[in-house]
Amino acid sequence: MADTLFRTHPLAHRRAALAELSAAVGGLSVYPEDEVAAVDLRVGPVGPGGDALGRALGTALPAEPNTWTHTADGQLIWLGPDEWLLTSAGGDPAELERELGWVVSAFDGAAVDVSAQRTSLRLRGELARELLSLGCSLDLRPTAFPAGTCAQTHVGQTVVLLLALGADDFRLFVRQSFAGYLADWVLDTAEELRAAPCHPAALANLSEE
Amino acid sequence: MSRVHGYGRVETGRTLTFTFDGRTYTGHPGDTLASALLANGVHLVGSSVKLGRPHGISAAWTEDATALVQIERPFPEPMLQATTVELVDGLVARGLRGQGRLASLADPARYDRQHTHTDTLVIGAGPAGLLAALAAARAGEDVVLVDDRSCAGGALTGTEVVDGRPALEFVADVVEELARLGVRHLQRTTAFGQYDDGFVLALQRRTDHLGAAAPAHRGRQRVHRIRALKVVVATGAQERPIVFADNDRPGIMLAASARDYLHRYGVLAGREVVVFTSDDAAYAAALDLAGAGSEVTLLDVRDAPPREWAARAADAGVAVHASAVVTGTEGEQRVRAVLARTVDGGIRLPADLLLVSGGWNPVVHLFSHARGALAYDPELGSFRPTSSLPGVTAIGAANGTLDLAGVLRDGAGPDAPVAGPEPARTPTGIVWRTEGDPDRQFVDIQRDATVTDIGRAVGAGLRSVEHVKRYTTIGTAHDQGKTSGVLASGITAELLGARIEDLGTTTYRPPYTPVAFAALAGRSRGELFDPVRTTPLHEWHVAAGAVFEDVGQWKRPRYYPRPGEDMDTAVLRECAATRSGVGILDGSTLGKIDVQGPDAGVLLDRLYTNMMSTLKVGRVRYGVLCGNDGMVLDDGTVLRIDEHRYLLTTTTGGAATVLDWMEEWLQTEWPELRVHLTSVTEQWSVFPVVGPRSREVVGEVFADLDVGNDAFPFMAWRDTTLDGVPVRVARISFSGELAYEVNVCSWYAPALWTRLLAAGQRHGITPYGTETMHVLRAEKGYPIIGQDTDGTVSPQDLGMSWVVSKKKDDFVGKRSFSRPENHNPLRKQFVSLLPVDGRTRLPEGSQIVELCDDGLPEPPVPMLGHVTSSYHSAELARPFALALVKNGRARIGELVDVPVDGALVRALIGDTVLVDPEGARRDG
Amino acid sequence: MQLIHCPWCGPREEVEFHYGGQAELAYPERPAELSDQDWAEYVFYRDNPKGPFAERWSHNAGCRRWFTAVRDTRTYRFLGTAKPGEPLPVTQQREARV
Repeated sequence: MADTLFRTHPLAHRRAALAELSAAVGGLSVYPEDEVAAVDLRVGPVGPGGDALGRALGTALPAEPNTWTHTADGQLIWLGPDEWLLTSAGGDPAELERELGWVVSAFDGAAVDVSAQRTSLRLRGELARELLSLGCSLDLRPTAFPAGTCAQTHVGQTVVLLLALGADDFRLFVRQSFAGYLADWVLDTAEELRAAPCHPAALANLSEE
Repeated sequence: MSRVHGYGRVETGRTLTFTFDGRTYTGHPGDTLASALLANGVHLVGSSVKLGRPHGISAAWTEDATALVQIERPFPEPMLQATTVELVDGLVARGLRGQGRLASLADPARYDRQHTHTDTLVIGAGPAGLLAALAAARAGEDVVLVDDRSCAGGALTGTEVVDGRPALEFVADVVEELARLGVRHLQRTTAFGQYDDGFVLALQRRTDHLGAAAPAHRGRQRVHRIRALKVVVATGAQERPIVFADNDRPGIMLAASARDYLHRYGVLAGREVVVFTSDDAAYAAALDLAGAGSEVTLLDVRDAPPREWAARAADAGVAVHASAVVTGTEGEQRVRAVLARTVDGGIRLPADLLLVSGGWNPVVHLFSHARGALAYDPELGSFRPTSSLPGVTAIGAANGTLDLAGVLRDGAGPDAPVAGPEPARTPTGIVWRTEGDPDRQFVDIQRDATVTDIGRAVGAGLRSVEHVKRYTTIGTAHDQGKTSGVLASGITAELLGARIEDLGTTTYRPPYTPVAFAALAGRSRGELFDPVRTTPLHEWHVAAGAVFEDVGQWKRPRYYPRPGEDMDTAVLRECAATRSGVGILDGSTLGKIDVQGPDAGVLLDRLYTNMMSTLKVGRVRYGVLCGNDGMVLDDGTVLRIDEHRYLLTTTTGGAATVLDWMEEWLQTEWPELRVHLTSVTEQWSVFPVVGPRSREVVGEVFADLDVGNDAFPFMAWRDTTLDGVPVRVARISFSGELAYEVNVCSWYAPALWTRLLAAGQRHGITPYGTETMHVLRAEKGYPIIGQDTDGTVSPQDLGMSWVVSKKKDDFVGKRSFSRPENHNPLRKQFVSLLPVDGRTRLPEGSQIVELCDDGLPEPPVPMLGHVTSSYHSAELARPFALALVKNGRARIGELVDVPVDGALVRALIGDTVLVDPEGARRDG
Repeated sequence: MQLIHCPWCGPREEVEFHYGGQAELAYPERPAELSDQDWAEYVFYRDNPKGPFAERWSHNAGCRRWFTAVRDTRTYRFLGTAKPGEPLPVTQQREARV
């Protein structure tokens, strides 16, 4: 028997296939990210509750819908008018829930550990946007979906929390039970890109047709 | 061969071989199947569905109503238009006689979809569309240009002059500039539907034309889902035929199509040509065909033929008859002669090709899909866009502009390129049909629908073109009435003595051209048809040989067969092992909702039928949720975590519904409540450890946990840790046995599951699936919401009045409990059924009837209710069932009959709890 | 595919939303005091106007918030959306386009 309870990544069984895909398709890199602590935070954005939470986190709550900001070791992501997702690479989930719960409970808010509720898939490279366009109805042109924006929407047939980290760099949070489906969707959809010319300018024009 | 030297844009340097109706022919890259057939002198393609009349090629593109083919190779596809199938080497096709045939094997090609957002979408790369796209791109807009043909240019034949140079050079220049400006330009892409909010669907054919050279990974077809701020409909116009007797014979074709065959494919469709027209454009066709070597006679309906065109015709040796109409044709497999009435009386003109032109119909489909209004234009003899539509404009021929100069202006505005001189247009003669036998005057050729059929519809009292369409089926074929729709309106108006402008046209609906279901399905097929949800233990279940069951989108292990076991044997083993020793289930799919805030208890009291605010921290309570109608919506357990925090579980299938529903109450009815709901379904993995030996297993794994009854009673929960990882254990039982539900953060689920199995090994721990779970709960009479209930069952019907609070003033559903219907003694109630033969497992869904000793009486037979759950019980060593039976509880001890496969199975109504009715086992 | 303007997230495809039926049906203050008929009216009876109709929708693939939408039942067009508690946007006829 192991000494400690080991962790299992929900996408452990897709890691190799995603790595092969990333190696085969120039301009696309897809991989499951390490698990991070995550807490769902509920508090009124305007007023002492939001201020207190902002102070505790060292950054103001992003009040603009569908945006996110950096924190010291993670992200603070808008989920709803009184709801945010805080991620923390170094934090302990239970401790984080306890500490932040203590802050927000004074303002009738809530903090819930959701670290294992979702997992994340990273999608980067010149073809990342092209891949997403094959299953996401949002306008992902850099002018419409620049770094710092996010959206809860569909990719394929599942709901994701999609974050633009950079021009060609996306993070997809997906509910753990749908993670296998999402990875399978990526693997299937990216088949198309194995044949694609590496340069997205050529894709934009589809002159090869 | 009908290929004419010096004409056409096909690659004559390369030869492609294809087979049609068993004979081998050749063609060239750039050909369609239709052009290649015509080049080989083949006019006869197939025969009509209803009357079996020979059909040929009647147009050059999607408006063709007759040349349907079955493709056999590269992959079987039924009912394609020969005019739109691009020729590739090795193509095998046959003409359609009757109906097509779907492939019996799965289509191996890939189909997908792509979302595109743009400022301006231009549909159609004819001169108007090209210039509109160019103007938008030059203004800095993001532009998408789609066109259904293989190359840009639209109806330009190449004989026109634009800005002093050949029109196709002008087209090439524009295409090049569009590419430079970054316009996303897709040929072979048919916009087939326009929907709300600037949304257009377009089908791109990506590989068929490449034949064997198609890249292996490239999808065959792609549905582009384009969202545009502005949509420019530049879809051109289609020639409108004129109806006459025997107008469906092979060798009868639209005039502009014959011109297209000549200039695009270098094919002369006939040598002895009659042109029948009421419009100027057919003169160009007559002249071009004459120039390519045909003998041409032109019959113009109008009394005064256009002067300039007539002069040119005379110069080219084309005889022009004014005031002339075609009244019939001869020839079976191909037209042999044309019968006409001229000012000199009836004539018979030998012919191998009859070209027809009755003017032009703007292609208004895409404009009309988006609810753009159309009105009849008497000059066109057709319908065109009238009012503007926000964000949508129709330009060029699609808007009724028929001269090239006007089309160029429509696309580019005042700075439009200059069109070369053309003869001035004279008004089109508006003629729907000529005199002749209406039985043989085909309005919708593909449907074999005639003027007589319209007459019959009108005679039956139909006054609307929509009704006539449905009565006659005109416009319902693969071409959706591209050539027949306006004619049908015109002829109906004539027969009714009404004005076509008052009658209007039928509604245009997507798709503009046929779209394969495979393309619409895209990648959502096979494994990706519907998302599969899995728990963190999925790989373990697979390795353990589990047989899975679909529960909503979840894959849940149904049972774990050992070698040689079928489901029944495996389930009996799993049940017996759990009731006598210890079993373990992956219950992670249960919905879980965190409820937090000072008013959490208030909210739960308003939603659950029983009291939740009085639940003590550390304790668990079962609860039922009802709708306003008082019917059970879902059930589950509620754990009180602390003063202001609860954790609810819902059924696996009800998780999303319950959360949405709770949020609806909270957000719309009681926003003042200080409480927040968060789904934690996947945060927590749950493993019920069940059976008399469960205490030993759980106690062994969690050394810090006092698992005794006093310290840890039934319906309590305790937190503990394992190797520093927080674990929550709850004494909840869905089987009646002593049971501990172990909850852990899903990161650690496989590790903890393995640990529990290891500890349970010496107690014979048995993983069990949903089937065993169902049997164990049914033996205890626990209903499954959604299986034993169907939205018409109240808590009282389930025999669960105990879960309905009498103390609370109100909760959702309470008021409905006092409605008279809820006190109807004949309501169906939840009971058990024991088949008296001790052997028959009653099929779920079986109807229940009163005892009938002489077999079933004559229908109607009054139904008493139905079987909701049915299993074989290891514990009882017999089959048993749960059922909803009218007045069931009062009838406990009575016999009823259940018809099963034609026989009657006698069954005894009993109490729902069949195992351990005194509840002695839950504490071990 | 229609776009629905979530009052928070902006225009999204209709499939991201969940329909919740007629809006503006307040839960009765004291259901126990209602006659069977009045209670039945609340539970079962709904308006079915030809024209603008206030409905509840939830952006459940997005921010999970319920809101009110006014839709014209003759054309299916959304005339506008509002957060709970905000005045109905009936008169405020908006372009369907962003």
